[in-house]
Amino acid sequence: MKPAGTDKIMLPFGADSGRPTAVEVPVGSVVQRTYWENVWRRVTRDPFTVACALVLMAIAAAALLAPWLGLPEPTLTDSARRLLPVGSPGHILGTDELGRDMLSRIIHGGRLSLMMGIVPVLIALMIGGSAGLIAGFVGGRVNMLIMRVTDVFYAFPSILLAVAIAGALGAGIGNALLAITIVFIPPITRVTESVTTQVRSMDFVEAARASGAGTLAIIRTHVLGNVLGPIFVYATVLISVSIVISAGLSFIGLGASPPAAEWGLMLNTLRESIFLAPLNAILPGFMIFITSMCFNLISDGLRSAMDVRL
Amino acid sequence: MFYYILRRVLYTIPIAIGVSLVVFALVHLAPGDPLSAVMGEVDQKMLAEMRASFGYDKPLPVQYIIWLGSALTGDMGYSLRTGAPVFGTLIDAAANTMIIGTAAALLGFIIGATFGMLAGYNHGAWLDKVVSSATIAGVSVPHYWLAILLVIVFSVQLGWMPAMGAGSAASILSWEAWKHMILPVIALAAIPCAIVARTARACVMEILSMEFVEALRARGLSERRILLHVARNALPTVLAVMGLQFAHLLGGSILVETVFTWPGTGYLLNLAIFDRDIPVLQGTILLLALFFVSINLVVDILQTWADPRISRG
Repeated sequence: MKPAGTDKIMLPFGADSGRPTAVEVPVGSVVQRTYWENVWRRVTRDPFTVACALVLMAIAAAALLAPWLGLPEPTLTDSARRLLPVGSPGHILGTDELGRDMLSRIIHGGRLSLMMGIVPVLIALMIGGSAGLIAGFVGGRVNMLIMRVTDVFYAFPSILLAVAIAGALGAGIGNALLAITIVFIPPITRVTESVTTQVRSMDFVEAARASGAGTLAIIRTHVLGNVLGPIFVYATVLISVSIVISAGLSFIGLGASPPAAEWGLMLNTLRESIFLAPLNAILPGFMIFITSMCFNLISDGLRSAMDVRL
Repeated sequence: MFYYILRRVLYTIPIAIGVSLVVFALVHLAPGDPLSAVMGEVDQKMLAEMRASFGYDKPLPVQYIIWLGSALTGDMGYSLRTGAPVFGTLIDAAANTMIIGTAAALLGFIIGATFGMLAGYNHGAWLDKVVSSATIAGVSVPHYWLAILLVIVFSVQLGWMPAMGAGSAASILSWEAWKHMILPVIALAAIPCAIVARTARACVMEILSMEFVEALRARGLSERRILLHVARNALPTVLAVMGLQFAHLLGGSILVETVFTWPGTGYLLNLAIFDRDIPVLQGTILLLALFFVSINLVVDILQTWADPRISRG
């Protein structure tokens, strides 16, 4: 094999002139990359996506390590030092309406807020993903049944359904998680089903079947590989939605309850203080906004890297 | 086309029944019956009498039939908290939600569609970059936070707008009433505006790459005429997204209405949840969900009108 490089070859009809033209073509050991290697290369070369991933990692790392960062207790109240402005000595981001350190509460708040944004999507991914795979792959009556039930849940606006379920079950983190999970199962089922149905009718699946591959083997090697990309992109969008909705539930008193540190709940309790300390009141919502936007931008980056259309 | 529409209309019936089942089942997810949560510790005999008078002593399937039957005739029972008929309360609240929802939809759709189309048409230009960044921010922003931001800037700092309520103006055409609506409408319009802009932009970009546009250019049509053709082709998709967003606006206004204490369905729902006022809760969710279903139906029909290929597909 020749060393990698380029070589000149003559084409009888050039693309521009229609006359014989010399063009450069790559020759020799061309690097072979798998699909996922290509996706990884494209994602890591996209500065926006990388920046968002770094911001998210920083928020997540701070949240995970919160108890060991030497911050004041997030629930430690101090009635003498209430609503200190942002930039006060000892309290960089000020204090809240009960004199609790805002920086500590925002970092600790990330634990609950991120968890409540991500966990429902993961659970819904497992349940909705399986339901969609089954519906798409089996087809027929099973598909009918699963997709009609999905249609019914689709008939509710997502926030209304989340509020209705959480409201019926009563306040609490567990109930809020359950409510948001139920909200996300139908859309995931629908996307998985539509992608699976498309893949199932492709020639290579037919070929695999003709050469004697079993159903499970086909699903594992052919269907899953093609379905995972779009589903993954979709799931990152849903996480950004989930963070906003779950914080919204806490905001109206249906999720986390005081004195827990959670961004939506903090936004709610600080709402009374917008006259005295507007900047402090804005901060928790700003965190929800940034986190949600990062997930959205990452999803955009993944979408173009994988060339997915949803 | 007619048969397609008929089929689509008939299909909403099982969906609507499914929706009513879900709404009914929802409130029975919680342990205990609706009354015990409100009444607390009372005489057992009195509780049993109350139960019988509200019909909560019957088996669930029977309760469902009775509830659905009376709901269909406009009788949704009485509020456990105020004793007022649920239907009347609901209609008043729905009218208030409809006012800010429609205003927000108009505002968001016009701005979103215009800028989305321009961005798609001038792909890569500075306008496109600004619109793209704004839409990403718009779809990610928690609208309840945006509402608080607006209150802080325009009510607290500048003092231009009232921070809450619907005001006491007699007519919704007065400035007094408008003043109360502006902030909630902007907060509600942000997300639909961003989503419509995003869709319009993607749609226009895709259509511009189609061969018929090339053919139009070759025939020497002016850019304005071409843009008109592009807009016509983008219409079905953008229309569908608008319909869905309008429905989401009305159903999802609960958080914004809570911030502004705007007396609409969302605020009513919020009160009903914390008072455990089951008849109001059920009625509000049912009304909003059925409304959502019917908007989806209208959107589908409008879509077949805008793009006849759908009904033949």
